[in-house]
Amino acid sequence: MFIAFFYLLRARGLKVSIGEWMTLTRALEQGLAGAGLTGFYWLCRTIVVCSEADFDKFDVAFAEYFDGIKLPDDLPEEFWKWLSDDKQVRDQADRELADAFLYELDELKRMFEERKIEQTERHDGGNYWIGTGGTSVFGNSGYHERGIRAGGEGRHSHAVQVAGERNFKDFRQDNILDSRQFQVAFRKLRQYSSRIDAQKTELDIDETIKETGDHGGSLRLVYAKPRKNTVKLLVLFDAGGSMRPYSRLTSRLFLAVSKSNHFKDVKFYYFHNCIYDKLYTEPQCRRNEWVDTEYVLNNLDAEYRVIFVGDAAMAPSELDKRGGNAIIGLYNERPGREWLERFRKRYGKCIWLNPIPASEWAYTFGNYTIEQIETIFPMFELTIDGLEAGIKKLIASR
Amino acid sequence: MSDQFSKFKGSADYVASPELQNAVNVAIALEKPLLIKGEPGTGKTMLARSIAGALRKEIIIWNIKSTTKAQDGLYIYDTVQRLYDSQFGEGDVRDIGRYIRLGNLGEAFNAEKQVVLLIDEIDKADLEFPNDLLWELDLMEFFIPETRVTVRAKERPIVIITSNAEKELPDAFLRRCIFHYIEFPGEDKMAEIVKVHYPDIESALLRQAMERFYEIRAMKGIQKRPSTSELLNWLQALVLAGIDPARIKEDIPFIGVLLKKNQDIDVFRDIREKGYSTRTW
Repeated sequence: MFIAFFYLLRARGLKVSIGEWMTLTRALEQGLAGAGLTGFYWLCRTIVVCSEADFDKFDVAFAEYFDGIKLPDDLPEEFWKWLSDDKQVRDQADRELADAFLYELDELKRMFEERKIEQTERHDGGNYWIGTGGTSVFGNSGYHERGIRAGGEGRHSHAVQVAGERNFKDFRQDNILDSRQFQVAFRKLRQYSSRIDAQKTELDIDETIKETGDHGGSLRLVYAKPRKNTVKLLVLFDAGGSMRPYSRLTSRLFLAVSKSNHFKDVKFYYFHNCIYDKLYTEPQCRRNEWVDTEYVLNNLDAEYRVIFVGDAAMAPSELDKRGGNAIIGLYNERPGREWLERFRKRYGKCIWLNPIPASEWAYTFGNYTIEQIETIFPMFELTIDGLEAGIKKLIASR
Repeated sequence: MSDQFSKFKGSADYVASPELQNAVNVAIALEKPLLIKGEPGTGKTMLARSIAGALRKEIIIWNIKSTTKAQDGLYIYDTVQRLYDSQFGEGDVRDIGRYIRLGNLGEAFNAEKQVVLLIDEIDKADLEFPNDLLWELDLMEFFIPETRVTVRAKERPIVIITSNAEKELPDAFLRRCIFHYIEFPGEDKMAEIVKVHYPDIESALLRQAMERFYEIRAMKGIQKRPSTSELLNWLQALVLAGIDPARIKEDIPFIGVLLKKNQDIDVFRDIREKGYSTRTW
């Protein structure tokens, strides 16, 4: 039944298996869908989709299959791509223009059609073309919302309309790395030892047998300390402005680390572009919410593994000059590079994770400092593979 | 249509959306675990109690903690007790069965009548925890090697699993579940929910409070948005303190009931005063 729909769901990126499809068929045989399409929609979604992040994919596929309801004006594929990977983040104050464009919907649609024919390339930050981050009525925030509304005006009565509304659009996570995968990677960062401060809670079988034997067969139970992970971790996040585009990625990493309860200790600090004499305790990097870097270096012993998370892209002066700190009013006596080298010296095992793809390091903004920092710390890109390679580095004895 | 279907319709103290009722009934009919996700405070745990109440079944709750292992839910073999007993000649130590104690899952399988089994906050446990339960939840049976006994469900329990999405769950596990995401209730639904809990609340107070509540939820930059349970607590606080509805408009009394983080309260004040906040990251 609905084999074509099954394949369409798979083609739209839903990981539907035959098992689930059999379950659905069974459910249909039992008449669980009721008579209407709406019943089928809910039944199908509840069985086939197992994460709210996939509801949107399901809605799109459902609408496509059962009614041919279109995405707003059927945008060519590459338009969606341009729109979905957002290059620019707009200033928060830069908003008043949005209300200035009060076009009628039909007018908008007509203009949109025209523009679609004219446009041949990607646009970010303009005011005319279909693009992102700009003030054009078409694009990520302007047209998008209206278009969706146009796609699904409805009373929640008809399944295709419900699907067409795409209420779960915000939950999509196509481009976002799975925090679970990060966590699984962090699993590998462990080093067991029983030389820890803990209660003796595990039965030591060998010793028990020996002791019991020594006492002529009268039972003597011997307990031992459990073996625990002894890895201690210091994570330093760059929370500077240039990291904003990666904030979702880094917060996933943050989540993965803080949810991993197998470390002996985890400390988080934040810095702004480069490390100077203060480390912030909050990601907002506000003045006075900080500790002395010196204090951290003195009090966290050399066994800590250190992970820097940052784009390493900054002005050369921020790395090399005294007083290079980009925040006005904070003067640093020692250049950032010296601080980084002190970390390197103090903690043998350090890595730097960079959210910028490795293929762009050589020519992106800040390539000079990226290159320089790479000579101090082994640098990996912030992907599952990069993290795994980095963790290997942190575990390796030298 | 089977007579099992369309049984659950919510209960006197729990408002379930038609989609949620549908999901529950599908899960019951297909004998599959129902996985419930949703923002904290949308009544995930309450659902299982409500199902048990509505269908007049006993409920067994297995609360998952960070240290919980899958084995704990099946059975525990108390070796140490048995060893000691053998030393002092107490009881019949040849009968291993005396030292096997069933866990929550085991009890649910062993029950004479069908029960509702709530596996609460499955995402709290270790990453591999759900994978360790695949077989047991599929076949509703497990084997105790010590006694060579297979514990098999006499009546397949209705299994409700809740998750706060703190950890993502493994695919293999997800595939076996019926999934429902409890959406945050809209204003109409919310009014209905409040009425169930406080039937005689003043309507002026409720209206004002709801307005403020949704205003706060819509604020950008608030990390932990208040949810249903917070609204209910807040309303109770307002009623107990006898706050005049008109006052709620200007300032929000007991803001700490709604917002639990200092940072969120700062953001909230910023937005109320200046219309925006720069504290977000």
